[in-house]
Amino acid sequence: MGQPTTDGAVPSSATSTNPGLAVPTRRGTELLLLAFAAFLVTLANVLVEANQSGELTRELVYYGGAYLALFGAAHVAVRLLAPYADPLILPCVALLNGIGLVMIHRIDLGRVDNAIQQGLDVPSDAAPRQILWTAIALGLFIAVLVLVRDHRMLAKYGYTAGLIGLVALALPGLLPASLSEENGAKIWLKLGVFSIQPGEFAKILLLVFFASFLVAKRDLFTHAGRRMLGVDLPRARDMAPLFAAWGLSVGVLVLEKDLGTSLLFFGIVLVMLYIATERAIWLGIGLTCFAVGCVVAYHLFSHVQTRVTIWLDPFEDFYNKGRQLALALFGMGTGGVFGTGLGAGRPELVPFANSDFIISSIAEEVGFVGLAAVLMLYVLLSMRGFRSALAVRDSFGKLLGGGLAFAVGFQVFVVAGGVTALIPLTGLTAPFLSQGGSSLVANYALVALLLRISDAARRPSALPKPRPQQAPIAEAHTVLVERPK
Amino acid sequence: MNTPLRRVAMSVMVMVLLLLANATYVQVFKADEYRKDQRNQRVLLEEYSRQRGKILAGGQAVADIKETNDRLKFLRTYPAGEMYAPITGYFSPSYGAVGMEFAQDSVLNGSDDRLFVRRLSDLITGRDPRGGNVELTVDPKVQQAAYDGLHKKGFTGAVVAMDPKTGAVLGMASTPSYDPSRLAVHDSDEQMKAWKQLTGDGTRPMRNRALKETYPPGSTFKLVVTAAALQNGFNKDSQVTAAPDITLPGTQTTLENYNHTNCGGGATASLETALALSCNTGFAELAGQVGEQKLRQQAERLGIGTGEQQIPLGVEASSLGDIPDKAALYQTGLGQRDVKMTPLQNAVLAATIANGGSRMQPYLVKSITSADLHELDTTKPKKVEQAMPGSVASTVRDMMIKSEQKTGGEGQISGVTIASKTGTAEHGSDPRNTNPHAWYVAFAPAENPKIAVAVIVEDGGDRGLGATGGKVAAPIGRAVIRAALQGGG
Repeated sequence: MGQPTTDGAVPSSATSTNPGLAVPTRRGTELLLLAFAAFLVTLANVLVEANQSGELTRELVYYGGAYLALFGAAHVAVRLLAPYADPLILPCVALLNGIGLVMIHRIDLGRVDNAIQQGLDVPSDAAPRQILWTAIALGLFIAVLVLVRDHRMLAKYGYTAGLIGLVALALPGLLPASLSEENGAKIWLKLGVFSIQPGEFAKILLLVFFASFLVAKRDLFTHAGRRMLGVDLPRARDMAPLFAAWGLSVGVLVLEKDLGTSLLFFGIVLVMLYIATERAIWLGIGLTCFAVGCVVAYHLFSHVQTRVTIWLDPFEDFYNKGRQLALALFGMGTGGVFGTGLGAGRPELVPFANSDFIISSIAEEVGFVGLAAVLMLYVLLSMRGFRSALAVRDSFGKLLGGGLAFAVGFQVFVVAGGVTALIPLTGLTAPFLSQGGSSLVANYALVALLLRISDAARRPSALPKPRPQQAPIAEAHTVLVERPK
Repeated sequence: MNTPLRRVAMSVMVMVLLLLANATYVQVFKADEYRKDQRNQRVLLEEYSRQRGKILAGGQAVADIKETNDRLKFLRTYPAGEMYAPITGYFSPSYGAVGMEFAQDSVLNGSDDRLFVRRLSDLITGRDPRGGNVELTVDPKVQQAAYDGLHKKGFTGAVVAMDPKTGAVLGMASTPSYDPSRLAVHDSDEQMKAWKQLTGDGTRPMRNRALKETYPPGSTFKLVVTAAALQNGFNKDSQVTAAPDITLPGTQTTLENYNHTNCGGGATASLETALALSCNTGFAELAGQVGEQKLRQQAERLGIGTGEQQIPLGVEASSLGDIPDKAALYQTGLGQRDVKMTPLQNAVLAATIANGGSRMQPYLVKSITSADLHELDTTKPKKVEQAMPGSVASTVRDMMIKSEQKTGGEGQISGVTIASKTGTAEHGSDPRNTNPHAWYVAFAPAENPKIAVAVIVEDGGDRGLGATGGKVAAPIGRAVIRAALQGGG
């Protein structure tokens, strides 16, 4: 607290005090990095083609062209709508998205081979659909940049966002299975030709709600309650939102059998509460709730037990439940440090190789080194988000930015930890990489918000007031300065 | 709010560090274990993606490779099919590998250390890495004769031929056989169909009888008893009983000569005559006189009772079995009771006698070569031990020449002296009414042996209860010898 917004005595931005020194927009850097990302993605695609078919097909040009067109458009949109936005965020996202597309295309090729080999029906390619989704996602991305000209306006719609988010999250759980269940998880909304996962959008809506709610009621949570065992406990009634979030998570877990979303929500709420209040006690309480929830869930729900058993030893039940994870581990082990080479591995042997298990597919083909690089891209993305949150001047922006940045990082941890058997497998998508429209579209909306916040953080004041010519200091008269609130 | 923001950012970094640490564990420390796991299909697919080496016999490919345009890239073919199947084994996408395909896999798939330099140069020159070739010791003419001998008459059995001086296996046939190509096809349905049919077949065509099956050696075992006796106070003129039957000590069971005949006409017969006429009573008592310990010792020095071995195909152990009492010892002397030997072991027995008592390690791989036929390694013949003194070996050889002269059957080769011993081994729960196994072990030319051979035909071949080693197995053995000697050897 005590941030520049409330600090009236200091000019709102150090840079804006000097009209002669314009803030660089860094859009050139962004464009250069985007071109580099396009180069890397095309290179990856060439490798895939070379290793898979030994010849370069015309599809390569189409894919490359589609990629360039899409991100060229995104860049132009950012240039026009958020010129001071962080120059690293979009290239990171573009590269991740590109790697995802290459991987999905590569797994398409593997699956076609597999099907021909085994005399099965050739599955339809997922990559063209994913490109279409990328286009839609970038459309939404631009729409968010257009509609949300100032992130602070979102604070006004906090409760609306919260309500819609809640409904979106709960809907699949309440609908009949025929409309919402796929592969054992009730997280879908089947709308005829296509299905969406409302939970992905609910994530952002609820983040907006929590940010506005916490900023508005921040003082409430800092009131000390009873002191126990040497720590100041919050008052019981102040803990209500936390418990509500906890209840929601458990509800998701029970109704939708979706451990991943449940975990993600709880983590986000907890961290936002901590950022807003600056009190570590919330983490303590939250983690205690989490531990209790885990134990209870483990004893009550067989699907939780199954996940834990598989996590402890994926090879024990190899021919049945442990198979998927075991195959992924085989793939990563076979890849080793440097990987089998793009297009030279067998990631298609793992079920869901292009969605939930895309991280292990990448780890197989480009090895530990490639996996580390991809994780670093996520770290970079998340850190640029945090940086924007630190730099932005309003509390809502800080909280929202921090929450969004954490959401990306935490989701990566949950999904990558799951497929590498660090934590039990939960079934989340890897942001921007995994095949799946909802995840992609929602995450692009998330990135648009991050860009908006970073733009606000770096943008000089809209109309820097021309400074009056100052008299020499000795002639200046004393001024009554307003005290900080 | 900035302090908690920084801390949360740190926590994200810590989470990624945890991911990296775990990925290191999976992809570095456990990598080898995961890579080599039997259930990891990638291993097989990987092997297929590299051009596998050939298996050659006399310069001809018996396991070859053909390029395809499907996922597995290369199709394994076996041009000689059934004839070489017991040696080559199969290399199947669904059912793994057996035989030489399994035993020499590292050479064939190119991962063997001896191919390291080759791999390195492939890497630098950008050539597609290829596996090495395995050149067999097998002589195609010998193999053909061995396989034809069994197959043309529809026999179930095995033939093993060796070079007595080196231990190199010149031929190895086992019938009924199978075509390994059927398991190597890439169509998994066809593979499964072949697999089901072959594994469900009661004649067990995928069984390599030459190495994996053990049989009672019958009278061929008398060679072991003779060798032991000759080193323990007996000579070829020592007299043994010629009675048509004797009672096993401590039992009511009688043991008879073949057709209940007297051995040579007298009350006793010389050891030489007893071996030539294969008299059971004489050898039963002789085994009793030599004693279990000495007999076992001799057997072990010949390789019977020393466990399994790799040549590099796995060979089942041959053994004498338990000999609890004198009656069992008598029966053991005839190669019955619990004595069991592989056809390979019986060929080793003949080869050792042929080689002056010096037992050579049998081997099937002559050399390994790189893809461009550059020789990388050659197997050097290895003497295992002196199984019997040279003088004893030559005495046994002379006795075997006599035995061959008394043996009937077709196929004698003019101008070539063969030393041999036949066997007609009873087996099963009702031995008298079960068709006996017919054995023939031999080497030739007796004065300078170039080939030693063991033949077994299961269940009397085409002669039923009247089968003998001489009638059924000997013609095959002689045909194999003829094939070997004709080759300018």
